[in-house]
Amino acid sequence: MTARLAVTDPVLLAFADEVGADGPVAVEGARTRWEVGGPGHPDTRLVRAPAGIVDYVPDEMTVTVRCGTTVAELHQALSAEGQRTALPERAGTVGGALAVGENGLHVLGRGRVREAALQVRYVSDDGKVVTGGGPTVKNVTGFDLPRLLVGSLGTVGLLAEVILRTNPIPAVTRWVASDDADPFTVLDTILRPGSVLWDGNRTWIELEGHVPAVDAEQARLASMGTWIEVDGPPELESHRWVLPPGEIQTNVDGFGSRFVASVGVGTVWADVAQPSRAVAAGVTALNQRVKEQFDPRHRLNPGRDPGAR
Amino acid sequence: MAGLLSSVRKRLSSDALRTGRNGGQTDPVVAELRAALAPDRVRYDGAERTVLSHDASIYAGGVAGPVCFPLTTTEVQAIMVIAERHTRNVVPRGAGTGLAGGAIPLGAPIVVSVTRMNEIEQVDTANRFAWVGPGVVNLDLTRHLTPLGFHFAPDPSSQQVCTIGGNVANNSGGPHCLAYGVTNAHVLAVEVVLPNGDIVMLGGLEDEPAGYDLRGTFVGSEGTLGIATRVAVRLTPNPPAVTTLLLSFETIRDAANTVSDIIAAGMVPAALEVMDQRITVAVENYVHAGYPTDAGAVLLAEVDGLAESIEIDAHHIAALGHKNNALHIRVAADEAERAALWKGRKTAFGAIAQIAPDYYLHDTVVPRGALADVLDKIYEIADRHDLLVMNVFHAGDGNLHPLLVFDAREPGVVDRVHQAGAEIVRASLDAGGVLSGEHGIGVEKQAYMDEFFTAEDLAHQNRLRQAFDPGCRTNPGKVIPSGHSCADIQALRSVPRDVWA
Repeated sequence: MTARLAVTDPVLLAFADEVGADGPVAVEGARTRWEVGGPGHPDTRLVRAPAGIVDYVPDEMTVTVRCGTTVAELHQALSAEGQRTALPERAGTVGGALAVGENGLHVLGRGRVREAALQVRYVSDDGKVVTGGGPTVKNVTGFDLPRLLVGSLGTVGLLAEVILRTNPIPAVTRWVASDDADPFTVLDTILRPGSVLWDGNRTWIELEGHVPAVDAEQARLASMGTWIEVDGPPELESHRWVLPPGEIQTNVDGFGSRFVASVGVGTVWADVAQPSRAVAAGVTALNQRVKEQFDPRHRLNPGRDPGAR
Repeated sequence: MAGLLSSVRKRLSSDALRTGRNGGQTDPVVAELRAALAPDRVRYDGAERTVLSHDASIYAGGVAGPVCFPLTTTEVQAIMVIAERHTRNVVPRGAGTGLAGGAIPLGAPIVVSVTRMNEIEQVDTANRFAWVGPGVVNLDLTRHLTPLGFHFAPDPSSQQVCTIGGNVANNSGGPHCLAYGVTNAHVLAVEVVLPNGDIVMLGGLEDEPAGYDLRGTFVGSEGTLGIATRVAVRLTPNPPAVTTLLLSFETIRDAANTVSDIIAAGMVPAALEVMDQRITVAVENYVHAGYPTDAGAVLLAEVDGLAESIEIDAHHIAALGHKNNALHIRVAADEAERAALWKGRKTAFGAIAQIAPDYYLHDTVVPRGALADVLDKIYEIADRHDLLVMNVFHAGDGNLHPLLVFDAREPGVVDRVHQAGAEIVRASLDAGGVLSGEHGIGVEKQAYMDEFFTAEDLAHQNRLRQAFDPGCRTNPGKVIPSGHSCADIQALRSVPRDVWA
């Protein structure tokens, strides 16, 4: 009997052939986050993942998309049906966004990139198409390989196609800003904000939902400061910090002259890079064993280290 | 629940337990374990080993070796080190409420019950996390958090007894995971003792810890990658307002179509649960929650959030119910009525005891649009095997729970139950579904794994397993079928024959 997840799509099989079974190889997306994880090995052959939306079923809130598709193109197609994904708008390709695994500034409202991939299809170190996860919105069939692939920088497999969870675009999205509000109090007051950002002085809130609910939340904010409606979030600095949400305030002095922090999440975009984060020895050893299992010949994106960020 | 299934289970091989009568004096592992923990927290008597050789599944128990009740991470580490030194297998265990045989000890392993590691160590409401022991009971955690304005979102039906460690192992769900997500979305970090004795912190309080997302792969690994000793869980704020609607329909197809329409309309309610008439009648006789017994199916829909928001969604859901021929739509008038409705839903599996002594609860997921057709097939399959099936399920995410109800004393019935179950699983796969939504693979669904995944896919799952547990000594014989698994066959060579069905 043929397994239900057996891959027959000639586009994916051709991509596997292109990746092949020998020699250093990596996928090139839009290079928006190309420097993450350190410089890649210069001799690495670069390939491009196939592109295109394969299957979109709005009623199931899932979309099957090839990883070379841009996030912008995907979100444009989804928005026609009133939907979106957790992938950050700033990302280049879908595969790049997943391989890097960085959340956007809308985590509170749109969810985490690591929770977006329901099924992954990737080309293995020996040039075969492998599937992990499954097509439904809920699934515990076997080990959660999508979690391993997201954020792995293409070092355990090269992402070819994914099934993503979509979520509905709310009836209204409204950004408000205040120069005299405490963002941490705001976070405790607003039930489900799309985003709470803070640059040390100004607080931005993304309110989302039905119009009466957003109006009510905006009215509640009035007791915590003076607010103006703004077009959207502020410009983000290029260096990205990842902190426990409770450690934003204690690290403010290290962010440089400008920063924007995602309150309640702990992501900070600053004009100074975050000092390298310590990884415990036992965890590093476990990471290395995972790498050895999935890519014993170290041919997948050599030089890049998901632990070095 | 476990008691209902007792008649299905074969008796344990008494030879395997008899070795315990001398208190384990002849087994050097027992003496070492007692020295490392405490004599009274390493049990080797027949009673303890019998109880912990089962879980709540239909499967007959395995054979437990020494049963340990550690209190600390260090004690778990000591157990792992002793196990490695003696090349013994280890099976971690919470409350044993699993339905897929995941906690059944195979090959007389050292059983590690984490139930006494049940301290809620730290609750940080400002940063919305809590550190808890793996033995903390799911509902105890939520009860602890309720006065603080928070809860732990995963709410499996077994939440009164199941543990957080078990939830982590199985990536547990529950009715309210439709909007809030399953356990993986609510675990920030897990302290794990690896099979080699290393203590590692997977994940962290920051959103994107450096390195591979090993926390994400550990959750749902059914105890095969190591033993969770501390868990940092995410705290979810209690919604300020909740509305629960009860919609009744002439047919289950109308109920399923209403669910599809609600999702298609861009709503993500907190819960969408469907019960067919058979289970509704059983529930109503059991708890008198006010469910209509004359409807073909009922849909329990819950929306939560801001009052201004849920009013709009509740009206929309009612309108979609009317469009799909709802017979009656009722909004729970108060918290007491809402609690009664949920009590009915969550005790559904207990309610069937009135009908027959045994049941086999299945767990598959299908695309939401396929719900009605797959349900038709499930009734047809049960009829053909002369079995009674009841359906109560998490409709919002397409997670079916067909319940085959029977009396195991009837000759041949258990075989028919297994045959019908296999056909139900395949009908779900045929519809584009998956093997399990929240119960896991355990031993129950292993035989279907290579109908779903290719050999290459399974080999890659095994690569992950090998990275954590190269000797395949932690909960061996589970999840990955043996033909694709590392050293499982060798690891289980000591399993007495015919001890589990």
